[in-house]
Amino acid sequence: MAHAARLGVDIGGTFTDVVLEIGPERHSAKVLTTYAAPEDAIVEGMHRVCAKAGIQTSAITQIIHGTTLATNALIERRGAKTALITTQGFRDVIEMRTESRFEQYDLNLTLPEPLLPRNRRYVVEERMGARGDVLIPLQRAEVEALADTLREAGYQSIAVGLLHSYVNDSHERLIRDVLVEKLPGVMISLSSEVSPQMREYERFNTTIANAYIKPLMKSYLDRLAERLAAEGADCPVFLMHSGGGIISIESAAEFPVRLVESGPAGGAVFAAVIAARHGLDKVLSFDMGGTTAKICLIRNQTPKTARVFEVARTYRFKKGSGMPISIPVIDMVEIGAGGGSLARVDAMNQIRVGPESAGSEPGPACYGRGGERPAVTDADLILGKLDPDSFAGGTIPLYPDASKAALDAVLADRLQMPTLEAAWGLAEVVDENMANAARVHAVENGEDLSDYTMIAFGGAAPLHAGRLCEKLGVSRCLIPQGAGVGSAIGFLRAPFSFESNRSVFMTAKGLDPANVRALFADMEQEATRFVRSCDATSQIKADYKVYMRYKGQGWEIPVPLTPEQAQEADPQTFLTRFEEDYANLFGRTVEGMEVEITVWSVNAYTPTAPVDQAAPVTPDTAPPQTGQRPLFDAALGSSHSAGIYARTAFGPGSSIQGPAIITEEETTIILPSSRQAMALADGCIDITVKGA
Amino acid sequence: MTAKLSKVVYQVMWNRLISIVEEQAQALVRTAFSTSVREAGDLSAGVYNAEGQMLAQAVTGTPGHVNAMADAVPHFIRRIGRENIHDGDVYITNDPWEGTGHLHDITVCTPSFHQGQLAGFFACTAHIVDIGGRGFGADANSVYEEGLYIPIMKLIDKGTVDATLIRIIRGNVREPDQLVGDVYALATCNEIGHRRLIGMMEEFDLSDLSGISDFILTNSREATLARIAALPHLTAEGSMTIDGYDRPIDLKVKVSFHGDHVMCDWEGTSGLDKKGINVPLVYTKAYACYALKCAIAPEIPNNAASLEPFRITAPANSIVNAVHPAPVALRHVIGHMVPDTIYDALDKILPGTVPAEGAGCLCNFQVSLRPRTDAPAPAGAVRSEVLTFNSGGSGARPTLDGMSATAFPSGVMTMPVEATEQVGPVIIWRKELRPDSGGAGRYRGGLGQFMEVGAREGHEFDISAMFDRVNHPARGRRGGLEGAPTTIAQDNGAAMKGKGKQFVPHGRKVMMAFPGGAGYGAVSQRDRAAIRRDLALGYITEGTARTVYGLTEVEIFEVMAAARKGETA
Repeated sequence: MAHAARLGVDIGGTFTDVVLEIGPERHSAKVLTTYAAPEDAIVEGMHRVCAKAGIQTSAITQIIHGTTLATNALIERRGAKTALITTQGFRDVIEMRTESRFEQYDLNLTLPEPLLPRNRRYVVEERMGARGDVLIPLQRAEVEALADTLREAGYQSIAVGLLHSYVNDSHERLIRDVLVEKLPGVMISLSSEVSPQMREYERFNTTIANAYIKPLMKSYLDRLAERLAAEGADCPVFLMHSGGGIISIESAAEFPVRLVESGPAGGAVFAAVIAARHGLDKVLSFDMGGTTAKICLIRNQTPKTARVFEVARTYRFKKGSGMPISIPVIDMVEIGAGGGSLARVDAMNQIRVGPESAGSEPGPACYGRGGERPAVTDADLILGKLDPDSFAGGTIPLYPDASKAALDAVLADRLQMPTLEAAWGLAEVVDENMANAARVHAVENGEDLSDYTMIAFGGAAPLHAGRLCEKLGVSRCLIPQGAGVGSAIGFLRAPFSFESNRSVFMTAKGLDPANVRALFADMEQEATRFVRSCDATSQIKADYKVYMRYKGQGWEIPVPLTPEQAQEADPQTFLTRFEEDYANLFGRTVEGMEVEITVWSVNAYTPTAPVDQAAPVTPDTAPPQTGQRPLFDAALGSSHSAGIYARTAFGPGSSIQGPAIITEEETTIILPSSRQAMALADGCIDITVKGA
Repeated sequence: MTAKLSKVVYQVMWNRLISIVEEQAQALVRTAFSTSVREAGDLSAGVYNAEGQMLAQAVTGTPGHVNAMADAVPHFIRRIGRENIHDGDVYITNDPWEGTGHLHDITVCTPSFHQGQLAGFFACTAHIVDIGGRGFGADANSVYEEGLYIPIMKLIDKGTVDATLIRIIRGNVREPDQLVGDVYALATCNEIGHRRLIGMMEEFDLSDLSGISDFILTNSREATLARIAALPHLTAEGSMTIDGYDRPIDLKVKVSFHGDHVMCDWEGTSGLDKKGINVPLVYTKAYACYALKCAIAPEIPNNAASLEPFRITAPANSIVNAVHPAPVALRHVIGHMVPDTIYDALDKILPGTVPAEGAGCLCNFQVSLRPRTDAPAPAGAVRSEVLTFNSGGSGARPTLDGMSATAFPSGVMTMPVEATEQVGPVIIWRKELRPDSGGAGRYRGGLGQFMEVGAREGHEFDISAMFDRVNHPARGRRGGLEGAPTTIAQDNGAAMKGKGKQFVPHGRKVMMAFPGGAGYGAVSQRDRAAIRRDLALGYITEGTARTVYGLTEVEIFEVMAAARKGETA
């Protein structure tokens, strides 16, 4: 039987990555992203990989697509003319936010503008109580009158967010019924469908974000499907969502907010597959590109998920300066630390790096395009981590003199230290920033990183992964093949999935098993229906999870349940499972407190094909050296001569000792003096502590 | 490790300590029970060396804890006695004068031992919803009426929790589960900090924190002194009058720059009030330091050395230096006014730096709900304590409008209405911006907000009001106009007071309008497009656009026509 030909497409900020897989065969292409018509880059990339593989576009059987377009539309405020309909008395929820300042010491702080200005926010007289009881009924006539006002203003999209609609959605549905009748063609998003969870600010904002990008994303997706068909690729197209699964193009058009951060989610899926191939249960995924680094925990080969994240941070990536989106997402931290991140010296003579980035224009000083401030790549060059003649496969020549001048002017002169030490300081600060982000993320999840394995990918990650491991006490790191297009490969490994979440409060002691079974069944049906619409035949599995806390706490911990535990719904089992996980996270349980369940979650998905375990290898000799150069070792604080090796020369088992440099087209792997490396059967470079 | 290496390594460790205290704070939010901690972030966390000097503090929403936290650990060391400090100990207090200013803040301190030696301390503070007594509010006549007092003592002695203390706490407060849960959360958060500190000391092979302490304190001191040295050697006076409990209060301050330190003297400020709005000096110092740091050295982290050059004095038993047993529960009401008073003085020395006056204190209230007593209550009616934090508008800045419904100087968050209504039978009928409340000016003050509060059917309640600026709205700067004052009344028009516990019968609502920030600069200089935008968005009404900002009828007509279509022409 012929192998299916599957195409993975990731539209990023700079590049559109296209990966074609036909059985074991893989071809990839990087094309500059075409902002005006993003489908152009996809089509060009598709033709390129098809040419490499020697197939017609019509031979492609499936396309999986992820994109930053939804994120960018939110960041750049390029959405449709959108209105909000909300409960009287609550017109300003998205503008009042949490009423706090995300930066305490800046007297000239500016708050992010709400996604919708105040005069696009409308109210109706109605009110639900916290238990879903109707305190003030909604009058149909009022909604009809409002519909006339909305028509005259010419809105393309309408978000509906009413107080406590996560427990009772009947008023929101009534509003939709009226609008559908009175305003045909206008798109509608209900908060009880987009994000049925407590906390009005997050729910309203998520619903508005969905409504805001819906017309844009729907038109893009329609165009894309047509264009691909016209180019001969008349196959089903699916979308990667932020939770790490795949949804149909129709679902994506209905809930486009779920596409936010779908690229990084693909990266996490990629890392999860590598983890499965090597039988790793505790993995730290480290994805570092030009502007940001993404860090994600992967337990038991499954990326960790969360229910809220923040998009479009306006103030140095600072928490609270963006807008909260509550949808199922792969839980990761993203910080402003990439190859282009710029350094400066602050008032206390401390080196600071990022989040400001040199981008591609002018780029780091060493690009020789006019950049005058030192970036991470400049430090890497001075420290000997990069070869000036073979950066990006030799397509971008680097100028060490320019790096030195920038480092001297901004750091070394001021701090009265040699250039090399300034470069060391810069690299150490960015590595420490990433290490701290990883540690905080681990602590928030109650994890200790010392028994984790890192999987590093993205253009800049292999340069920094070794040092990061030293800092985090991580003893093993894998650098997979295809690291440069990891996210697009990840798309091809993702399951069809949909996570259904409900806010229903119940005490663990007082839970009624029959109610719980009915709730789970209803959610499973909803989630399964979505998945079935993507895949008509496969088996569909479901994972059950409840979010629990001591009654009175505000933050829950996720407690996964087996299908049997969910079905049985035994109060004592729920309690025991909670206490186990709580003690694990925070050290001790709290005596004599009632425990409650706040959110219920069912994730339906198609099981992915089992991953072949990488065959064991026996250590072999080193491949031939192609040269030597001095490499600064941050842990030792001094330079040492390091051997240079080509990655292509590594066969299974090929082993070398640090300090060493492994070169490849898309990146360079730096092996610190404390580490050794061996190539595995699947081509991964396995970096471990010497003597281990 | 050679001296040459150490500069970079010490930088890394300093960053690490800051990240450790952020983790410590995060663990507290995740495990706390009171909405004031878990939703609003009214907490702080810090790490100290073995001498008790603060090395790093988490940046949370509570400037009021800034200096207080720096001072607290030396009190613990002195009271417990070095010879009694053991591995596995945890200490506790809510002493207003040795902690953070009122009984409602619980401070927990944990010694951190490494290789059998005392390496340092962790401390954290959280605002809890109830500590017994009269309940959180202004009405007490002395601190004895304000609730349970916990002197500095051991909560955990070499790993053993003091069960007697826990029983005393449980027996004295209205929400015992919540409070005991919070005490555990505080101990947990220090434990998380301790684990991470030991990890760092092992990684860098440190036997004590002396080297990194010197590095942090020296750099911070030098950076702070450099900022102060650059200031003109001048003195200026500032003053502000605010509502108080039942008579107005004058706040007076003299700020002087001396080249190597900054002096704030509160001579001339009103004496103690009879009710619980007095401020222990530690809290005055915190907000005074915070205000000065924002204006002079915003990016230098808080620690013992960076705070030292800011010196604050006040006459004993003035309202900003209340001594035991003065009632102090609502010390924040006056304390939050400290920065605006200092800025009145600073504006004379550093023009173009500080904002106009804002709402100042948070607009908090606590609701004590119970089954109705005027008629038979329905089955299922309950008692409940519900605390909310809310913000008025902040003052306009020299080049920017003020922030609407955003507090300054406090930085705590509000609680989501949906979360508040899950706690008890309360209904928040309205919580939205208050048009026309921002003082007019070249830059407009931030808007305050409207709130309307009632109880579910079958309940009545007491509301403990904690508002100021009823009679003394925020004053504008450089020709800017004042912000709107606070108003409070029942929905049938019955008058209510800005401070104190007041009964609200079954079926009635409390209608509140929180103050706006003041304007900066003359109204005539305001950008016309900004005025039109304010009108289109409903930040100002047509009447204000016409009479205060001078828009013509034609302009108003145009703007309103566009606004109806969702545009801002």
